[in-house]
Amino acid sequence: MPVSFTTQGSPVWRRRTTRAQWLQYVGWLAGVSLFLLCWKVISDNTMWVFVEDAGRQGADLISRMTPPKWSYASVLWKPMWDTLNIATLGTLIGIMMAFPVAFLAARNTTPHPVVRSVALVIIVASRSINSLIWAMLLVTILGPGVLAGIIAIALRSIGFVGKLLYEAIEEIHPTPVEAISATGASRMQVMNYGVLPQVMPAFAGISVYRWDINIRESTVLGLVGAGGIGLQLNASINSLAWDQVSVIFLMIFVTVLVSEWISARVRHAII
Amino acid sequence: MLTLSGVGKRYPTGDRALTDIELTLPKGQVMALIGPSGAGKSTLIRCVNRLVEPTQGSIRLEDTELTKLSGHKLRHARRSMGMIFQEYALVDRLTVMENVLSGQLGYVGFWRSFLRRYPQEAVVEAFRLLERVGLPHAIDKRADALSGGQRQRVGIARALLQSPKLLLVDEPTASLDPKTSRQIMRLIRELCAERDLAAIINIHDVALARQFADRIVGLRAGEIVFDGQPSELTGEILTTIYGEEDWDTTPEPMDEEEAVVKAVRPVQPHDVLPALVAGGAR
Amino acid sequence: MNAADTLAERRQQAAKAGHWKRLPLIQDTRLRWGIAIGSVVYLVLALSTVQVNWARVAEGAGRAVNFLGAFMQPDFVSRQNDIINGLQESLTMTLTSTVIGVLLAIPVGLGAARNISPLPIYFVCRSIIAVSRTFQEIIIAILFVVMFGFGPLAGMITLAFATIGFMAKLLAEDIEDLDWRQVEAVRATGASWLQTINQAVQPQVMPRLIGLSVYRLDINFRESAVIGIVGAGGIGATLNTSISRYEYDTSAAILLIIIAIVLLCEYSSSHVRRWTQ
Repeated sequence: MPVSFTTQGSPVWRRRTTRAQWLQYVGWLAGVSLFLLCWKVISDNTMWVFVEDAGRQGADLISRMTPPKWSYASVLWKPMWDTLNIATLGTLIGIMMAFPVAFLAARNTTPHPVVRSVALVIIVASRSINSLIWAMLLVTILGPGVLAGIIAIALRSIGFVGKLLYEAIEEIHPTPVEAISATGASRMQVMNYGVLPQVMPAFAGISVYRWDINIRESTVLGLVGAGGIGLQLNASINSLAWDQVSVIFLMIFVTVLVSEWISARVRHAII
Repeated sequence: MLTLSGVGKRYPTGDRALTDIELTLPKGQVMALIGPSGAGKSTLIRCVNRLVEPTQGSIRLEDTELTKLSGHKLRHARRSMGMIFQEYALVDRLTVMENVLSGQLGYVGFWRSFLRRYPQEAVVEAFRLLERVGLPHAIDKRADALSGGQRQRVGIARALLQSPKLLLVDEPTASLDPKTSRQIMRLIRELCAERDLAAIINIHDVALARQFADRIVGLRAGEIVFDGQPSELTGEILTTIYGEEDWDTTPEPMDEEEAVVKAVRPVQPHDVLPALVAGGAR
Repeated sequence: MNAADTLAERRQQAAKAGHWKRLPLIQDTRLRWGIAIGSVVYLVLALSTVQVNWARVAEGAGRAVNFLGAFMQPDFVSRQNDIINGLQESLTMTLTSTVIGVLLAIPVGLGAARNISPLPIYFVCRSIIAVSRTFQEIIIAILFVVMFGFGPLAGMITLAFATIGFMAKLLAEDIEDLDWRQVEAVRATGASWLQTINQAVQPQVMPRLIGLSVYRLDINFRESAVIGIVGAGGIGATLNTSISRYEYDTSAAILLIIIAIVLLCEYSSSHVRRWTQ
């Protein structure tokens, strides 16, 4: 808190020094200019005629969506079941693969620094790429269907679960691990007795959390052909059947809320 | 039985933790290792079971040269050295029985230990040890449900289940109250006598060391500066180990009044009452 | 109580004789078996719905090999202009949407904090958050593309909307468990509502708010790579085209660029977080 004196000699308090003040002005100026520049790029690429029309389009959309065509719901149970399966099976496969990867990636359990960097590359690659992109790729390889969706979800989950789990492993107490090593236990036994009990609650929590996210993500995988309720969504949008789209939206909304509630309850019970 | 010769440890940062340690420990002897914090006590006992790698010298347990071992042979050697820790180092989320049985890990294969299928003799011995340390009723409790003293007892049982020849004990009482500290030290002492075990005990508390050890070794800045009977440990020697301090605890005349009041006078009812009145009936 | 006692005693007797088994995770035998059987039945049912067209998979296997091979020699050059345009759109969308989203999230977050806002406002803000968080960005993008036409504007609005839900929820939670004594201390000086927010609430939530904004910037970039699929601009459109044309070397190049940028974001965000704390 710099205090300076005016010409009359009375002290003046300011929050920052002059230099810090100027730096802050320059920072703000740079930030705002960058924002405006970006905005200009976007506005150059936008057809403003359409945008002026947006209000009317929106109102039109809402009027076509209501009332929802409730009878359509009966067609949706099977795709919804597929969606849940994609999320659950994908999560299961994902956490099974993430588990060893996390142990290889954690600084205190990795067998070798080279192995650690490979594991970290796997985690980063999996995390950076959205499950929809994985699904697009897998659909061209495996053909459309639930299988592509499951694998896409699994591949995306490895990075998420792997990252959180290896961070949890790096934060364990080292003394129990030391104590187990001191008994003459082998490497695997040290993992099993010293490390695993300490990270198990975190692992369970992370898995359930990822399952909840996966339910959300698996609802849209059908847009690229990877099965689930997204297929119906895509078909309804393409045929401009907006009253069916609104039924699908409601269904997704309810499912996601329920899964979020379940996941929160389970995580609460674990911790 | 245990012989250290010329043992030194230099950390990668360049700090010398131990310099040229020469030490021989006969069978059945309980040795206390005293010294100020950072003198290298923990490093020394961790060098013995190779939780810390010594950078020079040799450490022999009976006929085995410990510093050259690796892999399977090192694990074999570690079985014969039980270790007891300051913060108990139990695995909190495992039960007491699992914690004790983990002392057998050096003897059973991975799948047996993973499925918790321990040999019958091991379970019998584990239960007997739990009875010996006074916790047979706690077998199914989780380790984090126990008090400090109870946890340390579990830690002792775990170390003994290894059927060790040597106990390495790192500050066993640092986290315990005075009464429990004495109980734990007495227990370690008795168990060593029962099983004819040698022990190296790192300890801060000089009074406990004097009382429970056969021999005291003083460490200062990584070097042995005293090695002898507890009775030989005089004020001057403590000064060489710990640095200048008045070891006879006679307060300076000027501060006498205050120091005595603080140290000796028990809490009087009239000290507490005003506080009670001011704070309400909390 | 009595039953438990005898169980404990029985286990002690058994242990004494050398028989000891780990306590099961679920004590109730029937519940334990019920859960086990239920899981197996679910797995069988779920796996039976997975139909695999093996002929199709065999056909695709060659493409998988091509794709993996493409990562060895990604092609940054032949679609260079598309990639640069897509990236530029993605990055601008990311930045503008994060700024707008965070600015709008602040009032919504304040409104959604139960301890400082009146009930009706609380409900409105909480429903905005719920809607924004439930639907994937891509669904929202579809609607905005219909309303605003193809292009990055729709993408920007989508990401801004998603940012509102994300930031406002965390902000509201932060405000709900902030240190209330500081707020009361400021209030006691006679400060108005706005002054209270500025002097007591803002300093407590600001460091995390900045950290979360940087984190959201990273998420928005990743999402901007996807919403192009439905026509909301950005690198996703380029990626989509390259995959559907089986130009895997270009796709690999784009994916590598995305990974690199995400890494960069993550690296800088950890720095920013350290600097704000």
